Amino acid sequence: MTTTTLTLPRIFKRPKSETGIWSWIGTVDHKRIGTMYGIISFFWLLVGGFEALMIRAQLAQADSELVSAETYNQLFTMHGTTMVFLVVMPLSAAFFNWLIPLQIGARDVAFPRMNSLSLWLFLFGGLVVNAGWLTGEAPNGGWFGYAPNSGIAFNPGHGMTYWALGLSILGIASIAAGLNFIVTIFNMRAPGMSLFKMPVFTWMTLITSILLVLAIPVIGVALIQIGTDRLYDTNFYNSLKGGDPVLWQHMFWLFGHPEVYILILPAMGIVSEVLPTFARKPLFGYDFVIFSGIGIAFMGWFVWSHHMFTVGLGPAANSAFAISTMAIAIPTGVKILNWMATLVRGSIKLNVAMLFSISFIAMFTIGGLSGVMHASAPTDAQQQDTYFVVAHFHYVLFGGAMMAIFSGTYFWWPKMTGWMLNERIGMVMWFTILLGFNMQFAPMHWLGMDGMPRRIFTYSSDQGWESLNAIASAGGLVIAIGILLFIFNVFYSRKKRVMAGNDPWDARTLEWSIPSPPPHYNFETIPQVQHRDDFWYQKYPELLEHEEGHAPSGAQEDLHLEAPSGGSDDDHGHGIHLPDMSYYPLLVSLGVTLGLAGLMAGLWLTVIGAVIGLWGVFGWSLEPVNDPTPGADH
Amino acid sequence: MAHQAITEYHAEVHDTTYNTSTGLSNRKLLMWAFLASDVMFFGTFIATYLVYRNRSLVGPYPENVLDIPITTVSTFVLLMSSLSMVLALHYVRDGAKISGRFWIFVTAALGIVFIGFQVVEFYTFVNEGLTPVTNLFGTTFFILTGFHGAHVTIGILWLLFLLFGHFKGTLRSDNSLDLEIAGLYWHFVDIVWIVIFTVVYLVTANDGAPPGAPPFIGPHG
Repeated sequence: MTTTTLTLPRIFKRPKSETGIWSWIGTVDHKRIGTMYGIISFFWLLVGGFEALMIRAQLAQADSELVSAETYNQLFTMHGTTMVFLVVMPLSAAFFNWLIPLQIGARDVAFPRMNSLSLWLFLFGGLVVNAGWLTGEAPNGGWFGYAPNSGIAFNPGHGMTYWALGLSILGIASIAAGLNFIVTIFNMRAPGMSLFKMPVFTWMTLITSILLVLAIPVIGVALIQIGTDRLYDTNFYNSLKGGDPVLWQHMFWLFGHPEVYILILPAMGIVSEVLPTFARKPLFGYDFVIFSGIGIAFMGWFVWSHHMFTVGLGPAANSAFAISTMAIAIPTGVKILNWMATLVRGSIKLNVAMLFSISFIAMFTIGGLSGVMHASAPTDAQQQDTYFVVAHFHYVLFGGAMMAIFSGTYFWWPKMTGWMLNERIGMVMWFTILLGFNMQFAPMHWLGMDGMPRRIFTYSSDQGWESLNAIASAGGLVIAIGILLFIFNVFYSRKKRVMAGNDPWDARTLEWSIPSPPPHYNFETIPQVQHRDDFWYQKYPELLEHEEGHAPSGAQEDLHLEAPSGGSDDDHGHGIHLPDMSYYPLLVSLGVTLGLAGLMAGLWLTVIGAVIGLWGVFGWSLEPVNDPTPGADH
Repeated sequence: MAHQAITEYHAEVHDTTYNTSTGLSNRKLLMWAFLASDVMFFGTFIATYLVYRNRSLVGPYPENVLDIPITTVSTFVLLMSSLSMVLALHYVRDGAKISGRFWIFVTAALGIVFIGFQVVEFYTFVNEGLTPVTNLFGTTFFILTGFHGAHVTIGILWLLFLLFGHFKGTLRSDNSLDLEIAGLYWHFVDIVWIVIFTVVYLVTANDGAPPGAPPFIGPHG
């Protein structure tokens, strides 16, 4: 059969090498992309952490003049924006990328090049958001960017424009990643892995991806609105023309509340893998955990106005949102009980990953309880804009999400690198982080109840807030020591190189059945799945008596649609065809970034961006997944 | 030999069950998920339009500029492009070369006519004194319909690209999925227009000056 192929003239050769810088720039391998997500977001963790330390240094004493009010505004804006969009979300994405294909028995994600596009957009978006630091005009309107305060009339300069454009780019990256993982999880499961045989982490990734795809467009529209207001004088939030500040709040929080579940559901997935492994028991109530996750994701769309109880929406709206907010605590509480019941009568092994997961349960429960407190509208009126709220969301996002991410890091590190992280240093790190975290954020409960307002750059000495603030600031330094210990542990353990083997934890899911680090193609033969935690029951078939019989479903031989499927003659005998590398995703993301940046810098840059972007798009769609030249496959 | 693998990969016919867990093609599932995302995108813009209904402080108001009869014509043109899209897919699947090409071309051409109507409409409105900076109506109207127009434009470019591929032999009956996915997008953009036409033109076209706002005299009066 004859085929005609269209190609674009190549300016650079398609990257081929498996080592060196080009092997990373051109990669479409989910493992390398995951690693890059991890490294880039850890860099932003250090940046966001430094901003937090600056905030704590400023607040360590009353009437401090360490930073100006304007700099303080920039610091808390960028701390929040960085930690949400450039740290917790992409760290979760690092785990998605690394683990989803491994957990479902696939050789890559459904769209490897689109995966690479997400990574580069994330990199460029982060740079655009932070570009203001270089020009002295960092965004200063809060991570929530309340209009009209973030509009051009009250906030001249470029700061919030960087914010709007950068977050738009990050939003495109998130939607693309979300779409990719939805298709991957639905379509690329190993034969026999029905939906309710999937690992819990895979389930939480699926739910998170659906939330991303549906929630990000809402803030995308809000960002377009504030962006056109700032750049082209439209009136969405122009008070002089009737623009309504409450509309912005609705739009932001309609995105913002699903967003907090986007941040926490992957963390819940991580602890749901770690706890059963080290309690030597199956997860208690797997179905309850899954359906609670689905319930949280669904109800998460009906609680947004609890961020707006003091706006004056009226008693009917406030009551409705108070009730829905209290109700969402139920599925969350169900999960906490399931995790604890998993531990009951388990043979518990207290290593670093387990300690972080148990800390997650404890700290997240504290944060959840203070959350239920301000679910009550009258109580919230007292707590709105005080440090009590700051304490609450740091207990759920640091005590919750970050603890789980550290847990997952210690748990999967051996799988990703092949060598173990040192447990003893890890224990010290765990204790340091837990201690510093509680030193820093527990006092904020009292400060908030005493009325200390958020986002105010200083307080006077007659308020009586100095000692608690000093403790909180000292806690910040303790956390910083914990992070440094982590970095030290990585380099120390890398030097010691205690090799992990395939399955150092005697764990349950498919990723532990293959070598560490996994080969490029992950699975030499695609596994046949019969049970939930299939690898565990392969190792311990005698534990199977209470398991349900196997129900084959979704059977497939080779998981690749993007790659040519079926055994062609030149697949070196192992029948494995992986997509070739490509630099077009990088070109497209560069084009998008320059095109959007050109809206600020001038038409010439938009034109350059459009040319690069279109070249990338056409090159991409005309580029075969694998070059047809004989001998050119991976 | 890898070459042969590529052709095998392309040798999927539209009613094949795909070699995936669900039996659906990855790319088709991707498009459906993307359309769900796009629903939220347009939904948010339409909600903004409705929230700001009757809240412009100065004219022109919808009753001063919106022209239902002309827009009904352009709406008809766009809806007919959905019909021609269905025919195009049908003939490409059947391998009818000339008819396939003809209907892809007709679909793209109807899209271009629709965009032409929109350009004339925007131009007229600006002449009558309504721009995106005039008032809330102008802002919400132009950004909402503008983004819809951008979606149609992307669809036109996509169809022309496929038409080019049909001439070159890269779009054939055995990989008509390429056209089917473009068709999903095209139909979705048409459906969005039905909502916009209903909300913006049929529901709010008679909105005049809200209480307290001055009536619109006209740019030249």
